[in-house]
Amino acid sequence: MTRTILIDPVTRIEGHAKISIHLDASGAVSTAHFHVGEFRGFEAFCVGRPFSEMAAITARICGICPVSHLLAAAKTGDQLLAVSIPPAAERLRRLMNLAQIIQSHALSFFHLSSPDFLLGWDSDPAQRNVFGLIAADPELARGGIRLRQFGQAVIERLGGRKIHPAWAVPGGVRSSMQPDDRDWIRSRLSEAVATTQGALELFKRLLDGPLAAEAGDFGDFPSLFLALVGPDDRWEHYGGQLRLIDSTGAPVGRDLPSDGLSPEQLDNLLAEAVEPWTYLKFPYHKPLGPEAGSYRVGPLARLNVCERIGHERADRELLELRQRGGRVVTSSFHYHLARLIEILAALEAIEALLDDPALSDTHVRAHAGVNAREAVGVSEAPRGTLFHHYRVDSGGLIEAVNLIIATGQNNRAMNRTITQIARQHIQAGPAEAGPGDQLPEIAEGLLNRVEAGIRCFDPCLSCSTHAAGQMPLHVQLIGPEGEVLRERWRD
Amino acid sequence: MSVRTLRIDGRDVASGEGTTVLEAARDAGVAIPTLCHLEGLSPVAACRLCLVEIEGSNKLQPACITPVSEGMVVHTATPRLREIRRTVIELLFTEGNHVCAVCVANGHCELQDRAVDVGMDHARLPYRFPDRPVDLSHQRFGLDHNRCILCSRCVRVCDEVEGAHVWDMAWRGEHCRIIAGLDQPWGAVDACTDCGKCVMVCPTGALFHKGDSVAEKHEDPSRLAALLQARRARQEAP
Ligand code: SF4
Ligand code: SF4
Ligand code: FES
Repeated sequence: MTRTILIDPVTRIEGHAKISIHLDASGAVSTAHFHVGEFRGFEAFCVGRPFSEMAAITARICGICPVSHLLAAAKTGDQLLAVSIPPAAERLRRLMNLAQIIQSHALSFFHLSSPDFLLGWDSDPAQRNVFGLIAADPELARGGIRLRQFGQAVIERLGGRKIHPAWAVPGGVRSSMQPDDRDWIRSRLSEAVATTQGALELFKRLLDGPLAAEAGDFGDFPSLFLALVGPDDRWEHYGGQLRLIDSTGAPVGRDLPSDGLSPEQLDNLLAEAVEPWTYLKFPYHKPLGPEAGSYRVGPLARLNVCERIGHERADRELLELRQRGGRVVTSSFHYHLARLIEILAALEAIEALLDDPALSDTHVRAHAGVNAREAVGVSEAPRGTLFHHYRVDSGGLIEAVNLIIATGQNNRAMNRTITQIARQHIQAGPAEAGPGDQLPEIAEGLLNRVEAGIRCFDPCLSCSTHAAGQMPLHVQLIGPEGEVLRERWRD
Repeated sequence: MSVRTLRIDGRDVASGEGTTVLEAARDAGVAIPTLCHLEGLSPVAACRLCLVEIEGSNKLQPACITPVSEGMVVHTATPRLREIRRTVIELLFTEGNHVCAVCVANGHCELQDRAVDVGMDHARLPYRFPDRPVDLSHQRFGLDHNRCILCSRCVRVCDEVEGAHVWDMAWRGEHCRIIAGLDQPWGAVDACTDCGKCVMVCPTGALFHKGDSVAEKHEDPSRLAALLQARRARQEAP
């Protein structure tokens, strides 16, 4: 007999999803599935619309990281116009993406994940959230909140609005930077760096102590990694080359250009598998197939793919990460450390950008008509590589759209991670437990660990942010006939 | 010019013969919402937003084309009129596809402004979600029929001011839409001078500059009146 444990909805991730843990006849975990039951068929909204609206439409649909879609849409638009954008526009877009990385990673680390690290896996779920964190470590909590606000404020100052700043457009950006914005950003940098370094020190101490086990069994497996990489193999988040490596660090195939990636190149690189139990697709490296070609994206992938970051303080941390996990770090738990290192890298990159005189140039937009009928735009969202692919008619009306989002690309890895954690922590129960029989009690902390396996990847699944407070947790144990054997609610 | 005296919302107003109720009300500081009306273009009374009650008549009259007459008593803001205006705006929203969040005119849209004026916080009527095309065939401009409220300002400005007469209304009822030339793609109509006046006067995001993205349309239709005044001044100069 097989039984299924359902965790629904997964708490403290962005959006709604559930986890089912499938037990075999002996009561041991056979597999675990991460279900995404939401389908947002946005392709249908886009067809027939001018491509210049794509940034606004996609930013609205995937509201968790609107800036990422804005940039990918604008970059796809650049390719349809077939223009080189003004140098100031590229720098400003980079600045906005760096701010987005900071605010998104700060939310993931401080608000969503650190309650587990600091309050403990088995702590009271009512306290295990950002409010519990404020009570336990007010300085860290306050620093994290201010760090996120800093990222948001930069976005707001550039784009004019905190959420959905429709500011990056095909051909460049809509407005140049004001000198007082530059001064303001500069004035806030040292505090942000200090907060990040403090969090890094704290987290590394935890990794050497109470979190050592998690760093080992949270989704540690070989896979490919995909990310953008800059000149001289430096860390990259906006342009450069697209590179795939295996878990020894060897490149898989040739680097591909991020600007001007042709639809054929993308088609030869990636394919998408589907599974009946989730709406989220499973992209994989086409030449290697769905299993061997499964890859991870995001902060850890970016740090694995590059040789160096190119900024002093972040490079020191990168070195330490590699001392901990090897040249290519395969433990998914280290996504958290990678996020903190990327915040530091982003702060240093902003510092360098502010010193660049080209940042202030007022020529920020190139105008042109439609000069190409099909294009792909690539950028690094906080959660990983994001592809937009559009085909338009001669006037610029969208004929076809495909988006390959970061959370999808980590789908296989998320499922492997929770299966690994469930196997580790759920012990075999009685083999033939029927309705009313004694079933193994499933400890709260254990469920939390399985959820935390998903949170390593910081998936974005819908348009709402549930950063504060706790969503109710629904656990179901389902028998072979589909009957509910055991039910548990946590709210 | 002889003077007519009338009452608008309890105020005594004196206006010249041939003045419309709308002009008289505005002179007296009484605001009546309008959409199809635009100073500088001939009035057509297409939108029915400016309807007013005139004592002694059961019929509601559009203020933008109704001339003042001696002793007229006009009410512009009765509960009945408020309800009708709100319904007119709801009809406009529900019969097209208005997705303000991604619209070029968001924040600079007369339809949005009027919705605020009439206190429309939601639509009580079901949305129709019609299937309407976007025409991007013109080199510089685009036309999104989803956002067109058939006010005919574009038709009038092109005919009366530019003299090109590119636009017309075609079909009836729910199929009614504006057409360029003899129902051709806009870009194929030789008569168009690419002047952009239709884009300037369009109250919504239906006509726009190609390549503009959300909230980038900042046209000011009232510039038309200033333009015409300047033109007249030059013509009249010795
Ligand atoms: S024209 Fe645009 S801004 Fe105006 S109501 Fe329609 S969708 Fe909204
Ligand atoms: S296109 Fe604009 S100006 Fe022309 S009828 Fe439609 S809403 Fe009015
Ligand atoms: S403004 Fe009078 S009917 Fe439109």
